[in-house]
Amino acid sequence: MYITPVKQEDLANNMAEEVKLFKTWSTPFGLRVVWALKLKGIEYESIDEDLSNKSALLLQYNPVYKKVPVLVHNGKPVSESLVILEYIDETWNQNPLLPEDPFERARQRFWAKFNEEKLLPTIMAIFTKEGKDREEAMAAWVENLKFVEEELKGKKFFGSEKIGLADLVFGWMANLIGIFEEVTGLKIVDERYPLLLAWMQEFYEHPVIKDTWPPHDKMIIKWQALYENYHPAK
Amino acid sequence: MEGAVVLLDFWPSMFGMRTRIALAEKGIKYEYKEEDLRNKSELLLQMNPVHKKIPVLIHNGKPVCESLIQVQYIDEVWNDRAPLLPSDPYKRAIARFWADFIDKKIYDQGSKVWKTKGEEQETAKKEFIESLKLLEGELGDKAYFGGENLGFVDVALVPFYSWFYAYEKCGNFSIEAECPKLIAWAMRCMQKESVAKSLPDREKIYEFILHMKKIFGIE
Repeated sequence: MYITPVKQEDLANNMAEEVKLFKTWSTPFGLRVVWALKLKGIEYESIDEDLSNKSALLLQYNPVYKKVPVLVHNGKPVSESLVILEYIDETWNQNPLLPEDPFERARQRFWAKFNEEKLLPTIMAIFTKEGKDREEAMAAWVENLKFVEEELKGKKFFGSEKIGLADLVFGWMANLIGIFEEVTGLKIVDERYPLLLAWMQEFYEHPVIKDTWPPHDKMIIKWQALYENYHPAK
Repeated sequence: MEGAVVLLDFWPSMFGMRTRIALAEKGIKYEYKEEDLRNKSELLLQMNPVHKKIPVLIHNGKPVCESLIQVQYIDEVWNDRAPLLPSDPYKRAIARFWADFIDKKIYDQGSKVWKTKGEEQETAKKEFIESLKLLEGELGDKAYFGGENLGFVDVALVPFYSWFYAYEKCGNFSIEAECPKLIAWAMRCMQKESVAKSLPDREKIYEFILHMKKIFGIE
């Protein structure tokens, strides 16, 4: 079993709860929250925003950043995906995303931060830049991946034996790396990173995760259009 | 719970100050090791190979990196006294949100204030004050962001207070004039021994910034 079954009393509690998730059809940050809710068997209402025309509700719930995702639990909003993930984990205790041990919690939080501050900006630089700037971004990416590969040694997931918070944060790689490689023609995660490639496959196919991916062809169209924006044909 | 605690740090670092405050709040004895960032120790490189940065908290020989992660770690290990995060999950989420806001905005915006001039500096000052005003709004009428006592957001923000004087001198402006409630809050925090002991003298920070400006060739 990948997950323990949700108990009846937890289901009953869920029915008294109102959980809404503001996101878009494609945002990887929103997808992290979908995964957390699914792993815990939490019922929620999904609201897909059009970011070029943000709803009044979204602006009211996230006045500081005006971004998705926002989780609204019984009318109270939580913004920023990492904050939302920890909130979900602390509010619904089934299938914990973080273990009890403080050192292990610190470890997963460290890697979540690493993804946000190192991997994401670097992959965006690879996607958007050209020439020497892209080469520099690629070099930084390679350095970063070495650390990630090292961290997976002796582990099935970033969470160790089972999916944890860090896996949800790295999860974007499982579908977006392939999409970026298709759109850019670049090899972004190659055979130098066998553990990472294996993890990406495992995560992609995980029974709770596999039906959540946004449609592949729709994603290609979206990212192709963005790529052409940054690299107009001369 | 007990066991050797070592902090690898650099005296002007706001990030190191956060961890010093958390350790002091919990009354934890630890060994403070000052790093020379131009000549990093073997221990630092070994304990934080990914970023090679301070602060690094070493507990029973195992490293915890990143200041806010360290503060949460300290709160979770020494959970029998002076709680830094509230117990309610929603209040915890709010605290984490604002600590993250501080991490995203205050350091970079503050740095721009002392590193730039002219038009760029004016923009930096404006953005910096806007962020502080948002934080003032979050503080509201509370004594501390944590309510009656120092909490996670207080620990995340108050170290920057030691740098305010330097920002003001470099930017030729008054933070107190724009954000009086925030300055009142900072001075309230400075009444706490854990904070007063952990923040360096503001004149020393100003000297440090002047020295950095020379090194970086900033006027």
